[in-house]
Formats: sequence, C-alpha cells, structure tokens
Amino acid sequence: MNRTRTLTAGAATLAAALALTACAGGGDEGGGDGEATSLSVYIDSSPASVALWEGLKAAYAEENPDVTIEVETHPAGSEGDNLIKTRLATGEMNDLFWYNSGSLFQALNPDQNLVPLDDEEWVGSIDDNFATVVSTDTALYGAPVGASFAGAVIYNKTIYEDLGLEVPTTWDDYMANNQAIKDAGLVAVAQTYGDTWTSQVPVLGDFYNVEAADPGWAEAYTEGEKKYADEPALAGFEHLQEVYDAGFLNEDFASAVYDDAVRMLAEGEAAHYPMLTGNVASSIGENYPDAADTLGVFPLPSSVSDDNGLTVWMPNGMYIPKSTEGAQLEAAKEFIAWLVTPDSCAVQAETTDVGGPFVVDGCELPDDVPALVSDMQPYFDSGDTGLALEFLSPIKGPALEQITVEVGSGIRSAEDGAALYDEDVVKQAQQLGLDW
Amino acid sequence: MRRRGVALGSVAILATTVVFVVPFVFVLLTASKTQQDALDLDFSLPTEWALLENVRTVLATNDGQLVRAFWNSTVLTVVAVAIMTVLAAMVGYVVQRRRSRWNPVVDALVLAGLIIPPAVVPTIWVLQGIGLFKTMAGLIAVHVAFGLSFCILLFRAFVATIPRELDEAALIDGAGPSRLFFSVIFPLLRAVIVTVVVVQAVTVFNDFTYALYFLPGAENATVQLTLYNYQSQGLNQWNLLFADVLLITIPPLIMYVFFNRQIVAGMTSGAVKG
Amino acid sequence: MTLVRPALEGATERPARRQTRRAGARSPYPTWFFLPAGVFYLVLFVVPTGASFWFALTRWNLFSAEFVGLANFQQFFREPALVKGFVNTFVYAFLTSGAKVVLGLALAVLLTSQIIARGWLRSVVFFPVLVSTIGVGVMFKVLLDPFDGAVNTVLSWVGVTGPGWLTDPSLALFSVALVDVWKGVGLATLIYIAGLVAIPQEYYEAARVDGANAWQNFRSITLPLVRPATVTVVLLSLIGGLRSFDLIWTMTRGGPGFSSDVIGSVIYKQYQAGFYGLSTAGNVVLFVVIALIIFPLSRWLNRKEVTL
Repeated sequence: MNRTRTLTAGAATLAAALALTACAGGGDEGGGDGEATSLSVYIDSSPASVALWEGLKAAYAEENPDVTIEVETHPAGSEGDNLIKTRLATGEMNDLFWYNSGSLFQALNPDQNLVPLDDEEWVGSIDDNFATVVSTDTALYGAPVGASFAGAVIYNKTIYEDLGLEVPTTWDDYMANNQAIKDAGLVAVAQTYGDTWTSQVPVLGDFYNVEAADPGWAEAYTEGEKKYADEPALAGFEHLQEVYDAGFLNEDFASAVYDDAVRMLAEGEAAHYPMLTGNVASSIGENYPDAADTLGVFPLPSSVSDDNGLTVWMPNGMYIPKSTEGAQLEAAKEFIAWLVTPDSCAVQAETTDVGGPFVVDGCELPDDVPALVSDMQPYFDSGDTGLALEFLSPIKGPALEQITVEVGSGIRSAEDGAALYDEDVVKQAQQLGLDW
Repeated sequence: MRRRGVALGSVAILATTVVFVVPFVFVLLTASKTQQDALDLDFSLPTEWALLENVRTVLATNDGQLVRAFWNSTVLTVVAVAIMTVLAAMVGYVVQRRRSRWNPVVDALVLAGLIIPPAVVPTIWVLQGIGLFKTMAGLIAVHVAFGLSFCILLFRAFVATIPRELDEAALIDGAGPSRLFFSVIFPLLRAVIVTVVVVQAVTVFNDFTYALYFLPGAENATVQLTLYNYQSQGLNQWNLLFADVLLITIPPLIMYVFFNRQIVAGMTSGAVKG
Repeated sequence: MTLVRPALEGATERPARRQTRRAGARSPYPTWFFLPAGVFYLVLFVVPTGASFWFALTRWNLFSAEFVGLANFQQFFREPALVKGFVNTFVYAFLTSGAKVVLGLALAVLLTSQIIARGWLRSVVFFPVLVSTIGVGVMFKVLLDPFDGAVNTVLSWVGVTGPGWLTDPSLALFSVALVDVWKGVGLATLIYIAGLVAIPQEYYEAARVDGANAWQNFRSITLPLVRPATVTVVLLSLIGGLRSFDLIWTMTRGGPGFSSDVIGSVIYKQYQAGFYGLSTAGNVVLFVVIALIIFPLSRWLNRKEVTL
C-alpha cells in the first residue's frame, strides 16, 4: 500500500490531520554495544510496508549479524511528506529512509539533502526507468525497494465469462460492457469516494493514452504548454463523468471506501474498479485469497485508439540523507547494496503481495502470482507500458482528488474540473520555481 | 411543582439518553464485536461478546504501545497542566491586582493567544534551537505556551472576586509578595483551579496534532495517536478502533466523576462573589 | 464568569496607579510574576508567530525561502475552495455558536430547575466535551453512514429514507456543525449554569410578589442577568467555530469535493501539499478575519453589559 503514496499525496489514509503514527516495530534507539552497527530506517506505517520491512530486517540480520536494522515509521500520506521534509531540513533524518520516487522525491531538494549513489556497483543493475525517477540532473540518489505496479481497470473474470464479454480495447467497447453488466443487475463500475484518493485513478491511469496520442505531452506539461483542459488529457475527466452520467456506479459510491470495492469485486457484485494493482494484489493476499484467479486487469481504454498500454508506477526508493556520515554511511551503503540483490527481491515477494514486476535485474516474480499480475506481463513483454505522469513531470496539484470526486459524482462537469485542476497546479509550478 | 419536575425530568432523561448516551452505547457494542461482526456497522447486539478480547488485543498492539502511550499522556498532562495553572494564576493575579503599563500588553497577548492559530513549523525550529525538539519537555512547554491564554482569563476573572482586604491583612502580618500569593491567594483560587485543571487536562490529553509534530517517534506516542493503528488503508478494524476509543476516554471520565461537583461549584462561586 | 471582558477592560484606576508608583519595586504584586509565563509565551508563541508573518511573504519549501512579497496572499485568495471556504466558515461559526447559545441556555435553565436526576443529566450533557474530537468524529462518521449507519437505519424504520449526511454536498457542512454542537453544548451549558446560579434569588422572589409568570421571569431577569455568560459562550464558540478544523477534517476532509471546506481546512491542505509559505499566509488571513470579528464584537457585547 505504501506504493500508492504519490497517488495519495494530499489524501492521507483516513484523515491526514489525524493520520497518525501507527508505529509498528519501533525499537530502542542507540542500543549498539560498541562493535555492532545499528542502522535506523524511516518508513511509512501502512501494514504492508511494516510487514515488508520486518521481513527485510530479519533476512539481513541473518546475513549480517553485526548490523542491526531498526525501523521507525511515520504516517502514510502527506503527513508523512511533511515529517520527511521537516527531518531533512532540520538534519534529524534517520540513517536511511524509504520514500516515493518521482515528483515527491524531487520535492526533497535531493542535491542539497541526499548522498549521491552513482558510484555504487549496483547502479548498472537497476531498470533505466527507475534510475531516472530517483535522479536529478546532477546525480542518482535512490535504490529501488518494492515492485512496480499499474493503474488500470481491475475486473471480475467470472462476470465476464458469465455474460460472454470480451476485454475491451476501446472506450466504446468498455461502455458497452458496462451497459451489459448493468442490465444483468450488477454494479458495472465500483467507485469509492469515501477514500477520496481512489477517485484519481481513472485520470492518472489514463496517462498512457495521453502520451500515446500526443508524445512528449509530459514535457510540454512541465513547461506549462499543455493543459488538462484540452484533449487528449481531458479524456480522463470526461470518462469519469460519462461513467457517472450513465449510472454505472455502485449505489454507495459517495461513502464507500477502497476495501468495499475490492470486496464487491471479489464477491462478484461489481465488475470493474479502476485501481492500482499494487493495492489490490495486497488486498487479495490479505483478505480475499479465493479471488486470486478471478480478478484480472486491463488498461484503461482510450476513446481515440485501440492501442492499449499500461500506465506504470515505480516503487519507492531507498535514500541516505547527508546527515549520515562515516561508519554509518558505509554500513548504510552496504545495506542498500544488499537490498538490490535477487535475495532481497525474494524476501520482498515472500513478505508482500507484489502488484507488478521488480525493477532490478535478476529479480523474478514468483510463479504463484495472482491473475492480476500475470495479466500485466504481456504488456511489459511487448513494451506497451508508460510511466505515470508523476514520474515524468514534477507538477502535481494537491486538489486533484477533490476535483475528481466532484467530476465523478456529478457535482462539476469534466471541462470545469479539468480547468480547475489546471489552476491548481500553478501553485506547484511556482513552488518549484518554474517560469509559468 | 414537584410533579412537573418529575414529568419534565423524565422527558429530559429520555431525550438526553437518546441524543447523548445512545452514540456511546453504539461504541460500546461495536467494541464488543468480533471484527467480522463489526464490519456491518449496524446497531445490534454482538453475536459473540468479545469486549475483553478486543481490549486485550488493543493493549497488546505494537508491543503494548497503548500502555506506553498512557504513561506518556499522563506525564504530559500532569506536568503541563500543573505548570500552566501556577504560571497563569500568577499572571492573572498580578494583572488583576495591579494596574501597570504592562497590563495592556498582557491583555493583547492573551487575546492574541486565544485567536492566533499556532504556527507549527516555526515552532519546531525554535524547539530545535533550544534543544527541546523531540523531547517530552519540549511538548510540555508547547502545551503550556498554547494553553496559558485561556487559563489567565479564567484566573483574572476569578481573582477579582477575592477581596483585597485579605491581601492587606496578610501584608500587615508581614507576608512578602511570594508568600502572599502562594500561601494566601493561591489556596483561595481552589474552585477556579479545578475548572482550569479539568478543562486543560482534557485539552492536553485529547490533543494529537502537537504530539504528532513536536514529539514524533513510536516510543513517544500519546494515546490519541494510537487510534490510527486501526484505520489503515486496508481493512478497517472497527471493533478495535472503538475499543481503543473506550479505553482512552476512561481517564477524562474518571477525572470528571471526581471533579463533577467542583467544576460547577468553582465556576459559580466565583461569579456569586463577583 | 466573563472570560473575555477582563482582557478588554482598558481603563486604569488612577489611585491604584499612584499607589503602585510609590510602592516601586516593593509592590506586593511584583511584575516578575509575569516572567515565567512570559518566557514560555514569548519563546514558543510570539517568536514562531512572528516568524510565520515573515514566512507568509516567502515561497518556502522548508529548505529555502524566497521572498515573494504579497504573492502568497494573492494566490491564497485565488484558491478555488476559498470563496466557498469563507462562506462555510462563517456559516459554521455562526450556526454552531448560535445553537450553543440557545441550546446551552435552554439546557442550563432546565438543569438548574427542580427536576429529578439533575446530577445525572448534567453529567450526560457534559460528557461529550471529554471525548477526543477524533473519537467523536470517527463515531459519527459511522453513525451517519448513508447506507449502514444507525441514524438512517432508525429513520428507515419509520419509513424515511435518510439523506447522505456527509456525502450530500449541500448537507455535509450542516451535519458536521450538528456534531460540533453535540460535542460542545455541554461546555456552554456549564457556563450558563454558573451564570444562572449566580443570579441572586431575591430578584425572582421580588418578581413572584409582583405576580410575574415563568416567561416574564425569564425575559426580564434571567436573560439580562446571564449576559456575561452569553458573552463568554458567544465569543468562545465563535473563536472556536472560526478556527474549527479537526472535526471537519475527521468527518469529511472538506468534501465531498470542496463543499464543506472552511478556511482552516484550506490552510491545512496547502500545508499538506508542502506550500508552507502559502499556508502561513492563510494563517495570517485567518487571524485577521477572526480579529476583525471578535475584537469589535467583544467590545460591543461588553459595552452593553448589564452590571448587577
């Protein structure tokens, strides 16, 4: 779940004012006994993250008995962003920290605050896409921990079989399927605006289609030349509105939360849910193991093309703050080197339910991944994937999730919503010192 | 008259019960359910009473974090409220008794303190500068600073009800300024002290934002922070969440039961004399 | 029990001042009594607040601050949620403090009259004040759920389809305000009880001799004489309402969309997004708004005060 962090920025888990330390793990500080080194790692407190790091900690302890890893947690969501920034700005950061790659990473002033890792041996073994999302113009600062995942439509295969439907490749097909599902008395599209962050997926997950229709869109967007109020980007907002207008949503879309939708899908009450595969994989693993074979995934279809591809999110990075020095720094670098080995990936795959491929050479997914993940493989194999906007541009407005809730529940029209969002991102551009 | 009292009382009891008690009954019922049961969120008796079990689970979560949190919150509340009560009483007393050119300044600052929302990040910087960031002492100091205004107002209003003749008598007996205040005036403030202590203790005990910002870290959690253990993005554990709500409401409840009479008495006796 | 009046009592008594001067450093009311409280206040409130006024003029990302003049204020007032937020803040503040005055007084009158179970009733009404805002917010979020919530379930028993209390954009703010009143009315009641008990019984006795009925009693004795308590309740709950944020954030996070946003939540969102300068500028705006309302209001309320 930690992997949804960028998406959930501004949408802390339940109530960010309230999103408080879950604080699993913890540990005594400064309990070292002279020879043994102790490294403190700052991670977010979602259960999946905690489980992942418990596993990594134990595995590393076996290989390196001299080094103790201590895990400290912070709340997920923007509360966490602020804590990370505060710690970095005040020089109070732990020895290492695990945090988003992409635009949130860029907001940390990496050149000023982080230790460059270009000279480490493992750099060659990580995926190029990942390398770019943890680098500035000057240097590379992060190592991947976790797997990539996609923002796409999760669907119930049993319903598709029962109704004789085909996986849609265009928006029109998708809407036709929705109609058929609705006619069969089922919920066509589950939406969960009780967890506002989930409302952004239909827009953010459509980005492959935007970039496919207009290559270079992200760059022009950063320059301030492209806007969401214009096609092709407007399509994401329009689709959100169309689905609402057609009455395809679950009755309780306004109050339902993420878990309700997964349950509806797993129990065959709903057919579609635009969501992040990472989240759903871990929900299946934790709560709905029986649905591992019935839940599949397809990319959000485009209204102008039947070329489909997945919009992909990169995993979090592992970073070392400049405040870590001397022996601690050496130990931290050694630990990172281990984290990007196939051994570490195996531990990660074991302790969490990954929602997509790893981004380290030699790291393979286990054979028993849910259908969700195996459905994604063909797109990766054929290269029909593109990074989500937040990895291609530092511009992300904080109010997107409120706007998508409005558009998705008929309070505001798609055009208005997109225009409002364009207004919203101006602040981010200014904060980054871009000349808009 | 008496019969009307009974009738009116019965209606009042019924109305307040529905409005104020039923929601807490719901909390209690949910806290007594098993997780699967609690997911429905309906107002029903648990099919299986699991209150003790839930409480035990809550207490054991994260190596007994809640127990640690109770300790932290207790220390925080007791020390912060003690300091702010004494200091505010001193200010309220002098400002009421002596008309000096400081008074307008004090008045303005007190009112500003009530109105201005505290600035979080600059406060962190200041705390760091004086080496109190991430310490219990720092969090206590922050609560004292933010709570003073309200306390000073109460004390000031109340000191006015203590006759000046008392001061004069004590001074004639040879008491110095400090003794006059601490052994003559302060004990007389008892009634309003109870009010201040209860109101501020509840505020400090129930605070979560300051704790989150000024005293981060798992081992430093205060009780309010533990609520978020049960509300992650995954499955909502309503039963545990509400069991936690129940547990952390007990200390303010106990305090209230103890001071119930004195709170009203404290507020009224001040006004009566005035 | 006037909480705010003393702070605004500007007039100084000449004789007292002369006395002070003569007593000099040996006054029985030493100025150094201000010192300990002053240190806490200065270091942790005045300094950070002063700093925030400066930061309000900068584009600040915690790592560096660039002076941008009043740009943050311009930006803040362009915030789409803000206009709505302003309106909502006032609606919320006036609604909650109005309700607390009316209900608080009514409950206080009831709870000081000769009725059975008075102690129990007082405790019950005051109890929600003790529960943490998060606890209350979470509780009501569940109770007000449009489909499974207890409130709508009960309504459905009598054949009413309950609305989406927190999910209907036109209703969300009012639902939260209702919960705010629920939680805060106990304190207002308490203040009113204190005020009512302070009214000398002789007034009522005299009125009885004159043959006044209960309503006349209330109109011409109770209402004017609890005025100090009213002032306190109005000002405290208005300040609280204008600054309100936690309960709204717990229950709706300003949603659905921006429909229950208040100034406080708009500021918080800017803070969350890392726009620290913008967020501090919002704080300054909020402060000015509250000051503009509270100062004149408290002056006005206190001027018309009836003295016993």
